[in-house]
Parts: sequence; structure tokens; C-alpha cells
Amino acid sequence: MGDIIEGSMGLSGYDSQGFFCEIVSAANKGMIPQAVLKRLQGLDAVELMARSDAASRELYNLGITFTVYSDRMMIDRILPFDVLPRVIGADEWVDVERGVTQRVETLNKFIWDIYHDQKCIKDGIIPADLVLGNKNYRPQMEGVSVPGGTYVHVCGIDLVRDGDGIFRVLEDNARTPSGVSYVIENRHMMQRAFPDLVDAFGIRSVDDYGPRLLKAMLDVAPEHVGDPQVCLLSPGAYNSAYFEHIFLAREMGIPLVEGRDLVVENDRVYMRTTEGNEEVHCLYRRIDDDFLDPLAFREDSLLGVPGIFDAYRKGNVTLANAIGTGVADDKAVYAYMPRLIEYYLGEEAILPNVPTHICREPDGLKYTLDHLEELVVKPVGESGGYGILIGPRASKAELAEFRAKLRDDPANFISQPMIDLSVCPTLLEGRIVPRHVDLRPFCVTGKSSWVLPGGLTRVALREGSLVVNSSQGGGSKDTWVLMD
Amino acid sequence: MTQLTLLARFAEEISWMARYMERADNLARLLEVNEVFARDRRGEHNWDAVIDLNADRELFEKQHGATSPSKTAYFYMLDRDNPNSIISSVRSARENARSLRPLISTEMWTHLNVFFNELQAISATPDNIPNISRFCERVRTACQAHTGITEGTFYRDQGWYFYQLGKYLERADQTTRLVDVKYHTLLPRPDDVGSILDLSQWNALLRSAAGYHAYRRVHPRGIDPIGVAEFLVLNNRFPRSVRYCIGEVSNLLSQLIYTFQLNRGDRVAEAVDVIHKRLEDTDMQSIIDYGMHEFLDAIQLDLIAVAKAMDVAYFGQVEEDDVAA
Repeated sequence: MGDIIEGSMGLSGYDSQGFFCEIVSAANKGMIPQAVLKRLQGLDAVELMARSDAASRELYNLGITFTVYSDRMMIDRILPFDVLPRVIGADEWVDVERGVTQRVETLNKFIWDIYHDQKCIKDGIIPADLVLGNKNYRPQMEGVSVPGGTYVHVCGIDLVRDGDGIFRVLEDNARTPSGVSYVIENRHMMQRAFPDLVDAFGIRSVDDYGPRLLKAMLDVAPEHVGDPQVCLLSPGAYNSAYFEHIFLAREMGIPLVEGRDLVVENDRVYMRTTEGNEEVHCLYRRIDDDFLDPLAFREDSLLGVPGIFDAYRKGNVTLANAIGTGVADDKAVYAYMPRLIEYYLGEEAILPNVPTHICREPDGLKYTLDHLEELVVKPVGESGGYGILIGPRASKAELAEFRAKLRDDPANFISQPMIDLSVCPTLLEGRIVPRHVDLRPFCVTGKSSWVLPGGLTRVALREGSLVVNSSQGGGSKDTWVLMD
Repeated sequence: MTQLTLLARFAEEISWMARYMERADNLARLLEVNEVFARDRRGEHNWDAVIDLNADRELFEKQHGATSPSKTAYFYMLDRDNPNSIISSVRSARENARSLRPLISTEMWTHLNVFFNELQAISATPDNIPNISRFCERVRTACQAHTGITEGTFYRDQGWYFYQLGKYLERADQTTRLVDVKYHTLLPRPDDVGSILDLSQWNALLRSAAGYHAYRRVHPRGIDPIGVAEFLVLNNRFPRSVRYCIGEVSNLLSQLIYTFQLNRGDRVAEAVDVIHKRLEDTDMQSIIDYGMHEFLDAIQLDLIAVAKAMDVAYFGQVEEDDVAA
């Protein structure tokens, strides 16, 4: 049965309900020190609640928010913040770091390959149509070389912990993963609201992210430039992640620009300043491929910069992440990652995948249809937790409806066994209760890779819910990686 | 990699942020004074002047029909459909601030964000408005806090100068309008033989421009129409007079051109010189002989010319002639 803590106001009666608990199970298995558990047991839920409310108000007033639209009104919401931290031991973190780095190295080699020799296809490692027929494959990138062979400069790899306490990769985010600003702001919030708690342990700092990202951008700037101008390219103030764009531009010490601030002349990119045009050499862009350049991609894009693709192709400006990395985000390509790691690096995957059935393959489809009520089925193209069927929780009608969808368009789906996602003690309405969590570590790559110690822990606030996305009622927690 | 460059768009947005806050502040003063002091001979509020001053009659009648004190006050305080209302100005200031967050201090943003959220939380309808004086005082206090926070936290690079430029251009514009509308309606008519000058109205005008106490320091012995108009237009020490504002605009522009080497400002400086000259080479009697309305109208046109020159020189806009060509 689950781990039960008794004898304190806050965690008394906390029962992890048989799931792996990031605090209690981890402490009992020696993955984190018992002292962490003891300290959290000593907290008073009422006092916690008061400090937590103050922290939420502060987030709202500081505008640490994401933006949603409702009835044509723009509403700022904070990502609900839970004050009880998620804690990862020093030894375990070493494995996560190595596993994430290994995966990013593979992704970069894989993406270079698909836009050049396509050896992985010729060698039969991955089916051609999965790559070439992918809607995020950009034929325009074929033969284009990028500085250092780095395509995925910023990668967010979503991990979950299963019932045995093993981290598994759920998906790769190789386009424009967001959420890192919450990692850093959550820590600042904890330091203000719970200085006693934060100071009690040796926690690895997260403040290094901005300078590290800037260094990576300078690493990959066009080689002929002595003193490169780096900017962050944002879709603008109405984008849901605008706060993060501001935050990163400030942490990196670079200008935040929008498409309308940039102009391309003779295949060079300039920003419009009060002194006239000034050349830009490297863009950390938070605009999707589709909207980047109306001349090369979607014609109706008003967010992009006409002509920027040609400047990019000629090596006058570096874009990070590179164009065309979305192929790697695909949930069907994900299924091939363990084989790709072996193919490119000759190594076994340090972080295992969740076992995945590919419905485009007859065996995979048959297995999925036969075991639908045990499986989680996901559309391959979607992100944000949309369109997912959770077999064990679905009604007969929902199962029947999904069966039809699967038969109609099998290539659009993968299925996975239901993972007993780990839980973490979470403060809700004055009580401490178990809620499911995931983890998104961030990896920054210029000439070499660096993983931010920790990452974004998202928590599904609804009881029993497995969906952690902010657009669907998820919150976040501070993630502590302990020092040795 | 230089950090001192300023995006043209940011320069524009920051000057507009300042303008919108200045506008909200001025409007709050005007409404408050109108509520407290400006009553006509039968003791009723005269709200029509406020509508005329802002040139809003058409929009008002379209949305609310005939004027009433409550409807007019609502229209200027909390009507989201009136782009010139206080809540609309603060919303625009805050939208600019949102976009400017990489540039402005966190405190500037936080304060504006909290202020707007407070205004948004007030429930009101055209027939049910909050207490006008208290509302206006709250707005004025918030606008002053904004000014203070900006003064105390905003880094003094180009952005600061564009912020100040926006503020003083808007203030000059507001004072010009105020004098223009009030001056003629308050002058005794030639046929009002023997009527006594309604001093309370002139006091109210000064209070609208936050100039009552300052005026009394300069003119301890009394209030007269020419003295008031002169104070609001030509005084070179009163921070809301047209002349003072234009002096500041001129200084700020010199800083941009000489300290920050923004040589494209020459055309703007020429446009500012036109107003400067107009104000320096005159006195009150000459203005009255020329026509108060005509004089103020000319200043308004000059101010528009300055704004246009800034659009082209600094804000990356293409000159109208170029577009035609």
C-alpha cells in the first residue's frame, strides 16, 4: 500500500495511494535524504496555505502569467503554483542529465541526417514516409548547413516516473519548448515565501540559464561576425508565452524584437532602431517555422520577416532552434528514438521510452484495437494533451468512437500502456494530497550541451487527473536538485 | 553587442505609454474640478464643456443620447467603449507597458498592472457610477505614483527621454485645449453690463490645471482672466503651462540629438522651434489681439507637426510623401 505519514498537521493522513511518491517513496528508498521528508512533515498546512495565497497574488501582480482568450477578452492567468517542492537526489540527477544530453545529441545527428544524406532511411532504421511525409518536414532545409551541426539549441524532454520509480521519456520538444521562465520564477517565489525551507537544503541554482543560453547563441552565430548581435524574436505581446519571452530577453541581456521590427535587405537581417537599421546575426526565435517567413512558408503570416529564410540559408543569420526540427517532436518518430540512439551513438538509451505501439504498423494497430481499454492512445501530431484517449477511464461509447477513428486513420495514432504516473504531495484547499507530476528538463546546446539542474515540474491539480498541461488545469512546482 | 540601441517601436510605445497616463491624469483633474467647483448659476453641473473640450460630442450622443451628469461622468470615467475615457487610457498605457516590459522596470509594470486591474474591478453603469471625487482622486494618486516610480526606477537611457517627450507633448496639448475651451465661455459677455466676474469659475480652471496655489503665489492679490490665461500659456516656471512643456520638449530633444547622437532628430527640432518661437516672441496682449482661439489652434497644429516629425525621424514610419511616390 501507499506510504502514510502520521503525526503532523500538514502531512498527516497523506496517502500516496499506491503510486510512487516523489517525496515519501524517494526518501524511503534512499533516493533523497530522510531529512527532506522530516522537514516537510513539520510544516503546518494552514500556515502554508496563507503563504501560498500571498505567493499567488504576487505572481499575478508581477505579471508572471500566461494569456488566454475568452469571449474576445484577453485574460492573464498565473500558472497555479504549488508550494511543496519536488525533490530529486544528486545521484539520480546525474543519470537524467546524461540521458537528456544523449537524446539531444541523437536528435541533432538525426535532423542533420534527414536534411542531408538520409542514411537512417536508406539503412532502414526509420520508414521514409514517417520522415519525408511528416507535416513538419521542411524540404527547403535539404542541403542547408547550420553552424556546428546544431539544430536543437533548446530542447525540453518530458519525463514521467512509472510505478517502479523509473524515469521514462514521454515526448521530445525540439521546436520551441516553453516553461523555463516558470522554473526560475518558481524558485524566486520559494526563496521569498519560504526562505527557511529553501535555506535548509543544498539546492542547485537555476539562475545560470540566461547566460548559458546566450553563450550557446554566441557559439552558433555566423563565424564571420566578430561581435554578434543576438535578439529574441517573439510573436508579440498577445502571445500566451510573452512573459517568458520578456524574461529570457532580460536574463540573456538581448533585445526582444517582433517580426515588424526586422527587415531583410540583400539577404541580411536588420532591426529598426531609433538610429536606423542595425544588423542582427542570431535570433533565438519563439515563432513556429510556419510563420517565420511568408515568402518561404505560410504566405498569410503577419508575424514573420519576409526574406529571412534566404538570409538564413546563406548563413548571414542563425536561427535557434533551426528550421525543420519539428519532425523530431512527432510521437511516431519518438517510437524510433531508442533505435536512433543506438544507430548514431552506438549506445543504449539511458532514459527508456514508454513502450509504444505504432498504429501505422499492422501489428501495432491490431494490438491497440485488441487492448484499447488498457491503453492510452495519442494522435501523433497534436500537442498540449489534446485528443488523447485514456482507455481505462473511457466509456463504452468513447471507446467505440475511438475504434472507428483508429481504423479510419491508423497512421495518425500511437498507443502506450497506462503508466502509473508518480505523485507528489500537493497543497490544495488546506490539505496535502497526492497529485500526479511530470518533469521537463531543459537542455541548451551551442557547441556543447548543458542541462538546467531541475526543470519544470508540472502537476495535475484535479484529483486522479493525468493531464498536466497548463491549458488544461495543470500547475507547477519548484524542482529541487540536491547537491552532493 | 550593444545594449544602448533602442528599437524604434519601443521608442514609440514608451512615448505613448507616457501620453496615455498623462491623459488619464488630466482627465481625472478635469472631472474632479467639474464635480466639485464648476456649477452654473443655478447650481447645476455643466458637463457639456467637458464633452466639448475633448471634442467627443458625436461619439457621446451616438452611445448615450442626451447628456446627463451621471452619463457624462461614466463616459469619461469607466466607459470602455470611449477610447478617451480614463479606463481606456489606462488600458492603452498598460498594453504599451506589457509590450515594453523588456525595457521598463518591473515596478513600473506591476504598478500599472495592479492599477488597471483595480479599475477593471469597479462595477458601474451609465446610471450608477461610483463617487466621482473619490474615483478621480484615486486615479490622480495612481498617475502620480506612476510618475514617481518611473522617476525613481527607470534607467536613464534613450527610453527615458522618449517617455518624457511623450509626457510633455501630451501635457502641452491638454493645457492648450483646456484654455481654449474655457477662456471664451468664462469671459463676461460685452452685453452683460455690470455683471460680476464669476471668480469661482476661474478658480476652477486653475484647479483643473493644478495651478491654483501656484497662481496665488505669483498673483497674491487676485484673479483676472488675462492673468490666468497668461499663467497657463506663457509662464515659464509652472510645470503644466504650455511654454514650460515646450521648453522641456526642446531640452529633451537636444539630449537625444547631442548625448545620444540621434541626428535624425533635426527635423523634429525644427518643428519644436516653430512653437518655441511662437511662445517666446509674444505677450498676452498680442495673443488677445491676434485671437486667443486662433493662437491656441496654431499651437495645436504645431504639436501635430512635431508628432509627425517624430514618427518619421525615430519611430520608423515612412514619410507620407514617400508613400505617395
